[in-house]
Amino acid sequence: MGSDEAYNFVFKVVLIGESGVGKSNLLSRFTKNEFNHDSRTTIGVEFSTRTIHLKGLIIKAQIWDTAGLERYRAITSAYYRGAVGALLVYDITKHLTYESVERWLKELYDHADPHIVVMVVGNKTDLGSERSVPTEEAKDFAEKNGLLFLETSALESTNVETAFQNVLGEIHRKVSSKEVTRGSISAVSLASHIPRAAGDPEEKKSCCRNL
Amino acid sequence: MSKRCCWSQKIQDGLVYRIGHVQLVSNALRGVRLRGFPSMATDNRIHFWRKNAKVPGRFPKDTPKANNLKSKKASSFHEFARSTNDAWDIDDEEDEDFLAPIHPSSLPPTLHSTHQVPPLTPQQPINTTTGPGPADRLAPPTAEVRLQHEEATDCGQINGRVVVKSSSEALLNTNTVRSTLQKQQSLPVRPIIPLVARISDQNSSGAPIMTVRDKSRLDKFKYLLSCPNSDLDELRKHSWSGIPREVRPITWRLLSGYLPVNMERRDLVLKRKRDEYFGFIEQYYHSRTDETYKDTYRQIHIDIPRTNPLIPLFQQPAVQEVFERILFIWAIRHPASGYVQGINDLVTPFFVVFLSEFVEEDVENFDVASLPLDTQRNIEADSFWCMTKLLDGIQDNYTFAQPGIQNKVKALEELVSRIDEDIHNYFKRYEVEYLQFAFRWMNNLLMRELPLRCTIRLWDTYQAEQEGFSHFHLYVCAAFLIEWRKEILSMVDFQGLLMLLQNLPTIHWGNEEVGLLLAEAYRLKYMFADAPNHYKR
Repeated sequence: MGSDEAYNFVFKVVLIGESGVGKSNLLSRFTKNEFNHDSRTTIGVEFSTRTIHLKGLIIKAQIWDTAGLERYRAITSAYYRGAVGALLVYDITKHLTYESVERWLKELYDHADPHIVVMVVGNKTDLGSERSVPTEEAKDFAEKNGLLFLETSALESTNVETAFQNVLGEIHRKVSSKEVTRGSISAVSLASHIPRAAGDPEEKKSCCRNL
Repeated sequence: MSKRCCWSQKIQDGLVYRIGHVQLVSNALRGVRLRGFPSMATDNRIHFWRKNAKVPGRFPKDTPKANNLKSKKASSFHEFARSTNDAWDIDDEEDEDFLAPIHPSSLPPTLHSTHQVPPLTPQQPINTTTGPGPADRLAPPTAEVRLQHEEATDCGQINGRVVVKSSSEALLNTNTVRSTLQKQQSLPVRPIIPLVARISDQNSSGAPIMTVRDKSRLDKFKYLLSCPNSDLDELRKHSWSGIPREVRPITWRLLSGYLPVNMERRDLVLKRKRDEYFGFIEQYYHSRTDETYKDTYRQIHIDIPRTNPLIPLFQQPAVQEVFERILFIWAIRHPASGYVQGINDLVTPFFVVFLSEFVEEDVENFDVASLPLDTQRNIEADSFWCMTKLLDGIQDNYTFAQPGIQNKVKALEELVSRIDEDIHNYFKRYEVEYLQFAFRWMNNLLMRELPLRCTIRLWDTYQAEQEGFSHFHLYVCAAFLIEWRKEILSMVDFQGLLMLLQNLPTIHWGNEEVGLLLAEAYRLKYMFADAPNHYKR
């Protein structure tokens, strides 16, 4: 898939959360408007993109989907680098997956940019009758920690678009209010200590690697 | 046999194998040709080994023949894969159609798409349209995708000469191509996905009669297998080029070291191992609800339905339970790694192959519960043990931080930097890291990049090789990557590259594509692993 259209920004967003919460289908719903009952386990990292228009700008959302299993974290942690947004997903019908949110947050802050935009996402609202995580509880947690929050259903397509749009919008808001650097491939970093000088290849490389 | 002798035999086999595949390649080209690439196809077919195209990884000792195949391969299969929607109809044409020449005037106009990875043919069903209905999977036997499976045999050069001859005969018969074309045009457009589900490399129901070559290979295997003490070396040598379906179950058991070579001991050993496995079940399986093991079990339990979601066979509860047991027992007996996602895929080929012994028709739709219970248990136990042996050789792929995979990916990068500078530099330029796509290649042994039937064929060779799953696999990955060099070099940004690399269009692949891949991998292995003089640091 060549990318011939021009774009103003590339925002790298990662999906994280326990295995089986629905990250891959959130990804496919957003980037392809597809939901697959037959999806396979994500191995390592998978990748998809979608271009959106925001405030007159063309933004290419570069979305990374990671495996949830513990074993991979040693490798997937490398993928946080350069990410400016994260959707931290749990399954509203499986309380255990919500309990892991704090752990995932910690990992996120250990490896990713401290200014990363994070949204906590409670997925599978289509299974409302099996809910085990009250909306208010999760919402409070998110607010207390300065995180965005939404409940979604990748299956029914509820709030998926909104979730991504909100995250990307928030990223853009941060980007335009801080000093940022454009990487060699237009990946944006929120690291504010890096001066805006556009012609410093060394600096760009270190913060904007697509890893 | 001296090493050199071995090599030349292998390369010769490889070349003969490739020669034997002129027909298949021509079939592929014909598919291309019929979509309007006349001059290239003609040129390629006539000047099959005479072309002197520049190839990646050029080394002074490259044999010209190998190079030619390489350069042509990229374009022919690329075009083939890209242009096929109903390519599986091509196999309607029997041997005589092969004699059809290219006739540009009778061809439809070219539909030249851009360098996009075709949205129709992603390898991973997850990202495509919904799966096919059952009717699609039960494809009519006549319309098989598979270009015939031909391998190098003891006939060696004789085969080569025969096929080369028919290549030139191809120019003679004009009429056949028109009828072929008409056949093509009159067929309705079919969905692509059935190929994913078609597991067996030879559809035995209504399958075309075995070729003489196939028959003689099968006889050879049967002879080898009938000896009171199987000669494993001989068996390996013949298995390298693919094992006939009928004898695959027993050959796999022998090659993996599970079944003893001594015929008299076999029944005893099998009984002992099978009892041992079911002893484990009795002893440990109930503990899957224990605090220590419940996370392991839960992970396995949610992964099984996601293992082969498009193949009906694996949706059967009986089958899913088999997988759960095998994986759970393996995981708790291997605490250094435990269960890791990807290991679930590795059960599949063994299970399918051992099951196929009892199945006449398509395995993918077979009702396992209809088998005698003993048979089901034996298949389960044998799958467990063979998978255990496989994993013994690659366990560091799955231990914490997965050092085995990290090392292999680094080795792949190193290898590619030497054999294809263009690709390597292209990746650097767009900041593509090998880990981003090759992780899955190592973790799942390319099973996510190939249809299951190709994996099964691949494992014939892996089991014939020493350390096939760890060592030879590296060269296969390198050959696989370079296979797509044209597509890779046509991508214009990071996104395009990653999307391509994670969705390579192999959905139509069959035995001959795998065969060519293996021949190339063997060549690479010889250059770098077996011939240290060629390896420059």
